[in-house]
Amino acid sequence: MTAPLLEVRDLVKRYATGGLARGPRAVVHAVNGVSFDLAAGETLGLVGESGSGKSTVGRTILRLTPATAGAVRFDGVDVFAAGAAELRGLRRRMQLVFQDPYSSLNPRMTAGAAVAEGLEIHRLLPRQEIPARVAGLFEEVGLEPAHTARYPHELSGGQRQRVGIARALAVGPAFLVCDEPVSALDVSVQAQVLNLLGELQRRRRLAFLFIAHDLAVVRQLAHRVAVMYFGRIVELGTTEQVVHRPLHPYTAALLSAVPEPDPASRRRRIVLSGEPPRPTAPPPGCPFASRCFHPKKDERCRTELPALRGLGDALVACHHAETGPLTPDP
Amino acid sequence: MNDLLQVRGLRIAFPAPGGGSVYPVDGVDLELGRGETLALVGESGCGKSLTALALLGLVPAPGRIAEGSRIVLEGTDLRELGPEGLRRIRGRRIGIVFQDAMTSLNPVLSAGAQVREAVAAHRILSAREAKARAIELLGEAEIPDPAARYDSFPHELSGGLRQRVMIAIALAGEPDLLIADEATTALDVTVQAQILELLDHLRATRGMGVLLITHDLGIAAGRADRVAVMYAGQIVEEAPTARLFEAPAHPYTRALFRAIPRLDGAVERLANIPGGVPSAAAWPGGCRFHPRCTEALARCAADVPPVADVAADHAARCWLAVKQP
Repeated sequence: MTAPLLEVRDLVKRYATGGLARGPRAVVHAVNGVSFDLAAGETLGLVGESGSGKSTVGRTILRLTPATAGAVRFDGVDVFAAGAAELRGLRRRMQLVFQDPYSSLNPRMTAGAAVAEGLEIHRLLPRQEIPARVAGLFEEVGLEPAHTARYPHELSGGQRQRVGIARALAVGPAFLVCDEPVSALDVSVQAQVLNLLGELQRRRRLAFLFIAHDLAVVRQLAHRVAVMYFGRIVELGTTEQVVHRPLHPYTAALLSAVPEPDPASRRRRIVLSGEPPRPTAPPPGCPFASRCFHPKKDERCRTELPALRGLGDALVACHHAETGPLTPDP
Repeated sequence: MNDLLQVRGLRIAFPAPGGGSVYPVDGVDLELGRGETLALVGESGCGKSLTALALLGLVPAPGRIAEGSRIVLEGTDLRELGPEGLRRIRGRRIGIVFQDAMTSLNPVLSAGAQVREAVAAHRILSAREAKARAIELLGEAEIPDPAARYDSFPHELSGGLRQRVMIAIALAGEPDLLIADEATTALDVTVQAQILELLDHLRATRGMGVLLITHDLGIAAGRADRVAVMYAGQIVEEAPTARLFEAPAHPYTRALFRAIPRLDGAVERLANIPGGVPSAAAWPGGCRFHPRCTEALARCAADVPPVADVAADHAARCWLAVKQP
């Protein structure tokens, strides 16, 4: 096996909040030691609910926000140690596709200019060759040549997301962080964009960190899935294993909450009660214990943080994972 | 069936830029009984939210409900009520929960005060009684420790708790009909499941009718007795939930199903419905779905399809569903 394209090790991100008029200062533990590898051409789905830290992981890897601790290597380069010139080179190879292209595209810039911008900044092409390259990118993402002259408000949500993807592809990246790229779209448009991302990955051998909250959407593209809860990966395995033989009770609950378009679905409905802990006050034990329904939940869960450990070919952070798969089927 | 709500030929007109009118809601028929959940499913721009606003008499200006539309709530034609009559219906007979509780709630009033305000708007109670009733309602919306949460401000509550406050407000007038307009769309899936469970519990215990407006067929599958699929201002298919999912008759419904990612079965390429939803200013002639339909016949572009009975209780607005004589 060749070296992974991306190595993430013990990533930690904490924010200070409060102070002055906004109450006492506190530290938000957003990401609490996340590690994974990603190979070229591979998709890792990063799944979790709002506040789980999944978007922060993506932004920290790209150095859009500084990490508190940990290391990221991309194609052998230490991302956090890179100087300005090296970082510019990295930025060309690691790109971000946002959830909401309406707020990430400049409203005063035509779609064509937005896609050309990266080519200009990185001086990747002689100026006169840029329009032809932009036209090629528009075709590749399924937009018409006429769309280059449109402003974001003249495009539909799906078209804007295609512009966002073309803009990310323009600089020839090897790795895309896709942060909830379809969650704001209608079903039919979501399908179009998911199909497009799959085609682009095969054609360009792109690696994706695909961040989403919907496991059915993630399953469409991901080879492996990491489930995050409260700033930690609580389960990581092949998509097949995570979706059909979940080992962590939180994964099982997430799966059971996906609204399935099948009234005869025999999935067990797990409705969680309780609230997650406050990110300013992490509990000493398992962060999921306050909502956990595992039949073997005990005192240890409340006092001892379960480590992420290997079990079969999966990784899981649960003291009682040996009980076997918590299948969501009855 | 003991009909709670009957909507017949609902059309909503907006002035067109070049004169005349456009109809983003264009001939909607709906029926809903007590204790029943009807899901109104469609993509953005199909007219589903505007339909909900029409039921409350809240169509935004310059839009108006067109002549000939009928909205009947237990024998009362809401179109014949004046503004004062409609105001009494709103809240007391029909409650609504919107998608975004953060923008619907007043940020400078405590959650409890907003529920109390809703209680006082519908019944004459002393301040103490109104507060006690508000706490009861917060409890019915399954807010843990409602007396303590009463004084919380919206920004201090999680998205799920804010939506529960909205539900408590909607329940304040003891409505017969509860409209949930994408009420769980902005929430995490586990919280969404909790809120849907709560709505279903309230429907069962209070015998309310629930109109569940959603873009998500998955939500409809789990919670509705019947499903109406909306496209381009019209209901294009309606059937009991199990029937619709087993044997969808309209090509749009079928395409929507094939466009949804699943947890089970092989991972396949999702169906592409070519093009996008047309705008009300340019509904296509003939069948409104025909330019995007992979099964369209020659006549679909020319002739408006009738609402055809596919089976008992199952209708589709499609030429393919019309039985040959």
